[in-house]
Amino acid sequence: MALDASVPLTTGTRTPERVREPATHAVRASKVNRSFDGRGVLEEVSLSIGNGEFVALLGRSGSGKSTLLRILAGLDSEYAGQVDVPERVAVAFQDARLLPWARILPNVTLGLRGQRAHKLALELLAEVGLAGKEKAWPKTLSGGEAQRAALARALAREPELLLMDEPFGALDALTRIKMHRLLRRLFLRHRPAVLLVTHDVEEAILLADRILVLTDGRLSLDLPIDLPAEGRRQAATFRQLRAQLLTELGVEDDDH
Amino acid sequence: MPIDLSSLRDLDRLAAPADEALRVGVDDRLATPHRARRRPRGLGFLVDKALGPLLLLGVWFTASGLGWVDSTTLPSPGQTWSAAHILIANGQLQEHLLISLQRAAVGLVIGVTVGVLLALLSGLSRVGEVLLDSNLQMLRSMPILALVPLAIVWFGIGEEIKVVLVALGVMFPIYLNTHTAIRSVDAKYIDLAATSGLGRIGLIRRVILPGALPGFFTGLRFSVAIAWLVLVVSEQINASSGIGYLMTQARSIGQTDVIVVGLIVYALLGLISDTLVRFFERRALTWRSTLQSR
Ligand SMILES: Nc1ncnc2c1ncn2[C@@H]1O[C@H](COP(=O)(O)OP(=O)(O)OP(=O)(O)O)[C@@H](O)[C@H]1O
Ligand SMILES: [Mg+2]
Repeated sequence: MALDASVPLTTGTRTPERVREPATHAVRASKVNRSFDGRGVLEEVSLSIGNGEFVALLGRSGSGKSTLLRILAGLDSEYAGQVDVPERVAVAFQDARLLPWARILPNVTLGLRGQRAHKLALELLAEVGLAGKEKAWPKTLSGGEAQRAALARALAREPELLLMDEPFGALDALTRIKMHRLLRRLFLRHRPAVLLVTHDVEEAILLADRILVLTDGRLSLDLPIDLPAEGRRQAATFRQLRAQLLTELGVEDDDH
Repeated sequence: MPIDLSSLRDLDRLAAPADEALRVGVDDRLATPHRARRRPRGLGFLVDKALGPLLLLGVWFTASGLGWVDSTTLPSPGQTWSAAHILIANGQLQEHLLISLQRAAVGLVIGVTVGVLLALLSGLSRVGEVLLDSNLQMLRSMPILALVPLAIVWFGIGEEIKVVLVALGVMFPIYLNTHTAIRSVDAKYIDLAATSGLGRIGLIRRVILPGALPGFFTGLRFSVAIAWLVLVVSEQINASSGIGYLMTQARSIGQTDVIVVGLIVYALLGLISDTLVRFFERRALTWRSTLQSR
């Protein structure tokens, strides 16, 4: 992807409304429509996410998950509908997306200023297990380490809303499990509202308070997960939920 | 209506002349991931580098020692050495070298500054792009030395013309490479900047400029080579000082040994300046070489 001259310099036609003090909801989107070249990718999507709520968004490839997330992140302005998001929104991408020409600490404090941000960044790096890596170059980090640095960067913004687009998609299974635990811990500690886009049904069940399924640009399922915070995999309803979601995604559950 | 400049650019890239000597390259490493290169170090490295020149020197000694070449065609290393000795002893070499260095440096500074400014203007604003880029892309196809007659009419044959020609020659590779690099900063980093609350200035300072730095250095390497090339020619056409002048003068009285001294000086200047640029490049782009040193 190359940088088009218009990208950084023109403001789009629409941006999400930044709500200063969201009363109960971090995200309120109603009747969001987005089409590419006349083809509707999102159709009448309405969703709300409560403050401190962890929502996972599932959907088949091409169903419009990233499109929705980019709209909420303010990266796409060509949509119709009403979108309210809080003041402080942070995004974690599938690739850790650390600036390769900046060391880890300035990557974490990117766009932030002052002693406080600096201190918070150091604390967060320690929290994600990267103490001592402040001066490392991103290229020297492993995939998991880079993704943890990206999480620290997102949280350093003290977001009211944390948007994540398949943040663990590129990690190996073991690292993934560790990252799930870490994310859960960070979430409980910092309590942002979270929208986690993922392909992984189990990941969604393990982490989320609520699961949304996007099918062909429409929200087809809104499923609260009433499971304990810990030991979800052992819960009696785990497999049932998994089967239900897989069916919703149009995949036969092969776990029989 | 937005004009699709990228297709325009591709068109005149196709139409560019095959004049390799003066063609200004664009580094295509920018487009592909940087691959780690193995760089030999220490004594082995020196031997690698010095072996070729030493062999050449050997051939030269042998050829003139055995009388294969006439000393008026090509002086022996000994003759060349004593010619250099005389030129240094009477201060001529230093005097002319200093003047050449000055011209190259002033031209380089002006050309780099203008090239970078133009690249920023056209890389960062649509208006700048429309006004500047297609013009500069068109001009770059022209061999810079074709400008000499016009430049003489405009600037006479004084000091300015040499500096102007060097600056012009330098400007193009700087512009082209820096501009390409700015425009090919990955859009995913632009998204990152937007979601990190970097303003426009922050975006330029933290993302676009550092992202374009490798391209700038590629341009700088081309530029330095072109600076010497343009200087050699313009000092031989009309000058009363400089290494090029020294060589022209020697030619008119048949002193091939002085000509060879001039050649060697130019070669050394080229080598030293390229090494310097590489040194600064490595310093500035440590982040890129971290994989190599791991
Ligand atoms: N910039 C764009 N231009 C044209 N079409 C686009 C663009 N971005 C997305 N699309 C189309 O919109 C549809 C939804 O894309 P999106 O990236 O939102 O899917 P996704 O649900 O995130 O898929 P995945 O799980 O594979 O990441 C796809 O059909 C895609 O081709
Ligand atoms: Mg996606």
